[in-house]
Amino acid sequence: MKKVKLTVLSNERLTKDVFEMRLGGDVSAVTRPGGFVDVRLEGYFLRRPISVADREDGSISLIYKTVGDGTRAMSGLGEGAVLDVLTGLGNGYDPDASGDKPLLIGGGVGVPPLFWLCRELVKRGKEPSVILGFNHADEVFLEDRFRALSVPVAVTTADGSRGVRGFVTDAMDDFDYTYFYACGPLPMLRAVAGSSRTDGELSFEERMGCGFGACMGCSVMTKNGPVRVCREGPVLGKEDVIW
Amino acid sequence: MVKTEVTLCGIALKNPIIPASGTFGFGYEFAELYDINCLGSISVKGTTVSPRFGNRTPRIAETPSGMLNSVGLQNPGADAVVETELPRLAAVFDGPVMANVSGFSVGDFTAACEKLDAAPQVGWLEVNISCPNVHGGGMAFGTSPEAAAEVTRAVRKIAKKPVIVKLSPNVTDIVSVAKAVEDAGADGVSLINTLIGMRIDLRTKKPVLAEKKGGLSGPAVRPVAVRMVYDVYEAVKIPIVGMGGIARAEDVIEMMLAGASAVEVGAANLTDPFACRDIVKDLPAVMERYGIEDLESIIGGAH
Ligand SMILES: Cc1cc2nc3c(=O)[nH]c(=O)nc-3n(C[C@H](O)[C@H](O)[C@H](O)COP(=O)(O)OP(=O)(O)OC[C@H]3O[C@@H](n4cnc5c(N)ncnc54)[C@H](O)[C@@H]3O)c2cc1C
Ligand SMILES: Cc1cc2nc3c(=O)[nH]c(=O)nc-3n(C[C@H](O)[C@H](O)[C@H](O)COP(=O)(O)O)c2cc1C
Ligand code: FES
Repeated sequence: MKKVKLTVLSNERLTKDVFEMRLGGDVSAVTRPGGFVDVRLEGYFLRRPISVADREDGSISLIYKTVGDGTRAMSGLGEGAVLDVLTGLGNGYDPDASGDKPLLIGGGVGVPPLFWLCRELVKRGKEPSVILGFNHADEVFLEDRFRALSVPVAVTTADGSRGVRGFVTDAMDDFDYTYFYACGPLPMLRAVAGSSRTDGELSFEERMGCGFGACMGCSVMTKNGPVRVCREGPVLGKEDVIW
Repeated sequence: MVKTEVTLCGIALKNPIIPASGTFGFGYEFAELYDINCLGSISVKGTTVSPRFGNRTPRIAETPSGMLNSVGLQNPGADAVVETELPRLAAVFDGPVMANVSGFSVGDFTAACEKLDAAPQVGWLEVNISCPNVHGGGMAFGTSPEAAAEVTRAVRKIAKKPVIVKLSPNVTDIVSVAKAVEDAGADGVSLINTLIGMRIDLRTKKPVLAEKKGGLSGPAVRPVAVRMVYDVYEAVKIPIVGMGGIARAEDVIEMMLAGASAVEVGAANLTDPFACRDIVKDLPAVMERYGIEDLESIIGGAH
């Protein structure tokens, strides 16, 4: 973990309520796709945990939905704003754990961390496929960027306004996969774990006090005993989760 | 050169800064971030005689200038603390450690205290009779002077180390509880634990915390803590460890002027992992700014 000052390079709207913020500075502690950062916002006591959606030399990208006051304040920050950020938090996905054909399954704002993961998998010579689940057509984001990696992409929408009608699990059987990586709301994770035919990794969310293992605010029970979502997580193995 | 050394129940500290129980784990994880030997002491996570997982999540909610927690004393139990956690801390921290202990019966308290009292690196026992986050005990001991005195007497009888009793602010008259534990043999008191609070989520229209209520801490509670330390200082002769909302060196001085011999820093560690290091670093300059040469000389100075 590193506490750093990062500068907002851009902060753009992707959909009605989803934004992408690119932050520049010392991002040397950000090494694992699926890991997260904890952002201090002026006027708010606790930091906001946000997954790293992508990382390049000297910058990271965060993709976040405005759900409450803190994320709304984030969306109002302009280029040049400086943020106090804890970087390099969480265990992240293990890109080496999958076979040749991993399946990436994201729902809503669970999609972002899968983008950097997908790039890492492609870099390793694997052939990932991607399922992106949303409620409506106008909520879809990142599809183009996944397609630009030349990987198979399926989009599902709950109302059928785009792609496959239904949930991500309705598209899973269309793929032949050796392993899966998932991130999204809890009901989606539960359904994915239930429908999956292989082993895999799932990323969880909990309310956090610190984000780095000090307060036990984010503990959940697993088959291996208690774990802190911020430290031993947020990514847990399918076999370890107690549903 | 200003003097930051203080004495707490006969044990010398290089400065009065102590991370508060529950906000610093067992200390060693912070040693990955900075040399924690700069700290006066460390109050480790509240320990019970048996392991506890604690409460369901959500356990954390944000509040104006503070937070609620309902962790519920998650800890690996006294034996694991003595065998695994304290040795790991000893590898990175040379000073005396404050062992924070909780229980659900007098027997629980004495059993856990006995194990921790025997660990050589433990300097003080901090007996937490004030945890608002556990059902069937915890705080009940801290809300009645008689029950508080009973736990204090029992622990005092078996302990070789100084016994500091941690008081609950969730009472009408904290002074009567402080006096009761002093009469029962406490070597010191620490205050305040968290204030019971609640937040309701407008989207779900239900309490944010799974346990509905939790303990409020952070800068929001500091004036309450300063007032309680001030009142207790007038009534007891034993030393006071003051806490509640301390986040800066200035806050340390305010708490000591109210009557604290040393201070604990809680929630501030969670929002800034370097908070205690920075308070220690800033303290001499802030003392100079306010014309303070010897920190120990200002204890109770506001009275
Ligand atoms: C490991 C992790 C990674 C995350 N990654 C992303 C991401 O990439 N994109 C994204 O849009 N969101 C992500 N979230 C969720 C994000 O943290 C919350 O949406 C955000 O904190 C809400 O803040 P707010 O002030 O707008 O909402 P409010 O409801 O006003 O926040 C009040 C408090 O609750 C906390 N909180 C509220 N919702 C959540 C939640 N779902 N999870 C954890 N804490 C919450 C806030 O941090 C704050 O402390 C992630 C959460 C975790 C734990
Ligand atoms: C997440 C969290 C966990 C805590 N756990 C304990 C505990 O195990 N034992 C205890 O005596 N106090 C515990 N406390 C209370 C603190 O030690 C302290 O008394 C209180 O938070 C007030 O200080 P602050 O405002 O600086 O946080 C906890 C506080 C927090 C925020
Ligand atoms: S949020 Fe503090 S331990 Fe995970």
